[in-house]
Amino acid sequence: MSTEPLLKVENLTKHYVGRLSLAQRLAREKPSVVRAVSDVSLEVRKGEILGLIGESGCGKSTLGRAILRLHEPTSGRVTFDGQEVTTLDPMALKDIRRRMQIIFQDPYASLNPRRTVAEIVGLPLKLHDLATSADDLRAKVIAIIERIGLKANQLDRYPHQFSGGQRQRIGIARALISNPDFIVCDEPVSALDVSIQAQIIELLLELKREMGLTYLFISHDISVIGYLADRVAVMYLGEIVEMGPVDAVLSAPRHPYTQSLMSAVPDVDHPGHAQRVRLTGDLPSPLDPPSGCKFHTRCPLAVDRCRSEAPISEDLGGGHRAACHRLHEKLSLLETA
Amino acid sequence: MTNVAEISRPPETIFQQNLRNFMGNRLAVASTAVVFLFILLAIFAPLIAPHDPNTTDLFRRLQPPAWVEGGEWSYLLGCDQLGRDILSRIIYGARISIFIGAAVILVATTIGIIAGLSAGYLRGWVDVVISRLVDILLGFPYLIFAIGLMAMMGPGLINIILALAYKEWVIPCRVVRGETLATREQEYVEAARALGASRKHIMIKEILPNILSPVVVVSTIRMAHVIILEASLSFLGLGVQPPTASWGSMVSDGRAFILESWWVSTFPGLAILLLVLAINVAGQGLRDAFDPRFHE
Repeated sequence: MSTEPLLKVENLTKHYVGRLSLAQRLAREKPSVVRAVSDVSLEVRKGEILGLIGESGCGKSTLGRAILRLHEPTSGRVTFDGQEVTTLDPMALKDIRRRMQIIFQDPYASLNPRRTVAEIVGLPLKLHDLATSADDLRAKVIAIIERIGLKANQLDRYPHQFSGGQRQRIGIARALISNPDFIVCDEPVSALDVSIQAQIIELLLELKREMGLTYLFISHDISVIGYLADRVAVMYLGEIVEMGPVDAVLSAPRHPYTQSLMSAVPDVDHPGHAQRVRLTGDLPSPLDPPSGCKFHTRCPLAVDRCRSEAPISEDLGGGHRAACHRLHEKLSLLETA
Repeated sequence: MTNVAEISRPPETIFQQNLRNFMGNRLAVASTAVVFLFILLAIFAPLIAPHDPNTTDLFRRLQPPAWVEGGEWSYLLGCDQLGRDILSRIIYGARISIFIGAAVILVATTIGIIAGLSAGYLRGWVDVVISRLVDILLGFPYLIFAIGLMAMMGPGLINIILALAYKEWVIPCRVVRGETLATREQEYVEAARALGASRKHIMIKEILPNILSPVVVVSTIRMAHVIILEASLSFLGLGVQPPTASWGSMVSDGRAFILESWWVSTFPGLAILLLVLAINVAGQGLRDAFDPRFHE
């Protein structure tokens, strides 16, 4: 595995600004701002899988889409293979989209119901002029369709004639046919049955090996991330609170949020021994995020400093980083609980 | 036991399913047949009509229908004040009504789809301009607007089509805009963007096929409305000019004799009623079958 970063994200921020009615504008009301992603920096090295975990609504998907400029970032920089993506003009962006792809969560919503599998999977080839003729296009579509586990005689069917797992395979074929380098997997298995999940994960791993792919794998399922990721980033309310090699982060989590997440994973080997840290309350609204450390409203270790001052991410050695004021106080939720 | 032939048959497409639903609606199928009957009448008018629609015969002035005393079977529905055969004029009049109805809907739907897709997908100032224009046009009473335009442009077939299409495009435009707003948020649209598809490709190839059924349904129902408007313009003397037979002007012609010779106005009026009713029922059948929101 090379250490050269394929994708570099620096201080990426995505805010959604609410629309104001005329009356609200006349009353000089300020628009509501949803701070979906704030000031996120990360690197994905060539050939690795970076797992991104967090609760629903924490901004994982928004981050993935902002990296691809599917949602225009508010500020920050994304650099892909030495090229700055955030400032590309539409033509250059189209070129880079051949190399950066996305696999969506919902295999029912991500395929156009009015187009056949051949049309859906062949679209990237058409858009980027990658096929020399109609026969060539068909041959390439058949090749990838058979690779991902469908049959060539299913090409002229419509998406509604397939099962969820088959549809997700079609989505994967569409993302891979243009031979990309980097793929954002946006919870590609969470809409599927558990038995199908394993098949799709194995397929994604095989394809990664064969095609030399790099994944940003978004999931809320820690066991999936633990199984396939090389490194992992933990997101809470639009910020990355802890990041590092998957073994270090998952076996010895340093941030209290990661610790609470880990304690929620059932342990088959020692049932009943697991210490559970239950977080109280809901994820605060990104419309009005807490001051200081965003986790302080639910953190059992929070002190006054956490309420006023935002912690800065610290290097803990071996590429492991976490952002918490009380990292060095040798406190752990798992011991105190 | 499962039938082998049934398994090997490819599953039907959404369109085939919808078509099967539609065919199950007997009233809608019958109405469609009536509409097609009118279309056939219009196309083959010279072969079907028993007499020339414009030949006057003053001896047959206001001759009653065949089953009334003084009527003749060769002039089934009687004659008007100039002795012209009413049945033949109704058959020829179907040409005007159907042609204008279809032409206005075609022009209006084309404009409406382009404007609605642009407003709904591009948003921003394009949406503001188009939506405000739609609001303004909706503020005008339709018929008065058309009368004003006809008065400015003068009578004539093309002018009627323009006068009605000027406002009619607003209806498909609003439908298309609304559907586009909902469809543009679908993940498959986002997927097309992620693949590097242009806005034109997304609007025409990804969104349009998915919103076409409600547009077709609305356009069908609106066609009935346009036929009534054309008849209204002709009734007011602003439509097709004499001696060309138009249902609206025929109703108007008979107005002066409505008490003593009721047939002059009544039969063209019934023709309007029948065609408009048939189109509406067929259109509602289409809507029930093809618009997923009306399923169940």
